[in-house]
Amino acid sequence: MTVQTEESKSSNEDWKPKIIAFLCNWCSYAGADLAGVSRIQYPPSIRIVRVPCSGRVNPYFIIKSLTDGWDGVLISGCHPGDCHYLTGNLVARRRFAILNELLQFFGIEPGRVNFMWASAAEGERFAMLVRKATSIVKKLGPNNKFEKKW
Amino acid sequence: MGIDTENQEIENNIKKISLNLFKENKVDLIIGYKKGTLPLMAQPIIIDKEEDVDKLVWNNLCYVNLAKYLVPRIPKFVDAEKGNLRVGVVSKGCVGRALIHLASEKQLNLEEIKIIGFSCNGVINRQRIEQEIGQKEIREVFVKDDKIHVKGKDFELSFPYEEYLNELCKVCKVKSPPITAELSDVCVGECQEYSSISDDFNDVSDFELKTAEEKWEYVKNSLDICTRCYACREACPMCYCNLCFVDQNKPVWFGKTTDTSDIMVFHLIRAMHMAGRCVGCGACSSVCPVGIDLYLINRKLEEIVKRRYEFTSGLDPKILPPMMSYEMEESEEFMLEED
Repeated sequence: MTVQTEESKSSNEDWKPKIIAFLCNWCSYAGADLAGVSRIQYPPSIRIVRVPCSGRVNPYFIIKSLTDGWDGVLISGCHPGDCHYLTGNLVARRRFAILNELLQFFGIEPGRVNFMWASAAEGERFAMLVRKATSIVKKLGPNNKFEKKW
Repeated sequence: MGIDTENQEIENNIKKISLNLFKENKVDLIIGYKKGTLPLMAQPIIIDKEEDVDKLVWNNLCYVNLAKYLVPRIPKFVDAEKGNLRVGVVSKGCVGRALIHLASEKQLNLEEIKIIGFSCNGVINRQRIEQEIGQKEIREVFVKDDKIHVKGKDFELSFPYEEYLNELCKVCKVKSPPITAELSDVCVGECQEYSSISDDFNDVSDFELKTAEEKWEYVKNSLDICTRCYACREACPMCYCNLCFVDQNKPVWFGKTTDTSDIMVFHLIRAMHMAGRCVGCGACSSVCPVGIDLYLINRKLEEIVKRRYEFTSGLDPKILPPMMSYEMEESEEFMLEED
């Protein structure tokens, strides 16, 4: 594999974004599994980190991912009301709402960090949303704002 | 009525109320402001005797948020015989708000506190004055007839008062400490009831019109001089964590350098932690040694929680702050959805 410079990365049509995905153990991770066993195609751009609940996703995870140079972040949890821990995703939702607005206030493009709900039965939806997130991040190009250069 | 007479009136009121509190044996200590040893500054003072009441002042330079002395990270005021001491706090609007907000986070017990309220008439933007005067030595600062007079060795300048206030003071809607029915014996002096605050947030909406690229450039340029001294954190009454996220080294979440990425991350997360908690006192901007004004970020936070959760921090100790509560039905317009 050759090392690509920042410019050639963004101008390259074949450039594939790297997205880190935090999936909740009970719904979204199982949803991703279902998409897999059902052989639903979706872009291989996401790298999955399994977390116990979307409420476990500390805003630090998201910002740290951006400073470490990930092009996008995807967080997925159970639909409201379906949380295995009853209210984990409700707490997370408030956190994400505020973090999302603050990121945009600091000049991170909307769509760099994405949030979604996907249940264990929604393999189709999971694949569809990953496709969508990938195309959004692809359009934005590589993450060069928060990334620490050294 | 000029600002100087207004100040004099406020000061006399504070002294009178403080003296009464001591005489009626309702407090053991009073935290207030005294004249600073440097111009453009007023110092906090803790007094425990009637005779010292005369040291209290109010002079538009009292930027310190006194609620900071009552957060759990600071050792409590205790006495071997009396136990926890009862404290009176000289409170402008934002100090009152900070105390009430800390109570809503269960960080302090309002029964041990008396809020000595008065209607604040603003705090001078000392950073801006210092920047405009430059390297020359300031020897005296006083407010007279709606003008801020600054005297030095061989210069004397005056600035219009309204214009040289802290940016947050210009848009402040809570001039005197809030009071609710349950707080009636906590608040002494001039306190006001605020059921809801109407605010237009015009100042933030102008910024919102910029593109992502412009926003990043603007925020980056205004924060790039940050030296990571954490004075903003130390002055903030809401920053009471025993171990701040930037001091953590197990794991090291974020770098401690003055690299752009590290600075932006620090301010982003500081803002994140202030969401629904910032009381808009402007102490963070006032203490910044390099003169960064965090006003816009703090206003944005206020705007977010007001729009999303109909919440304004520090008005009622009974209402849980938005980051401590949740609701089933809430707007999720930011969520990714199928087309």
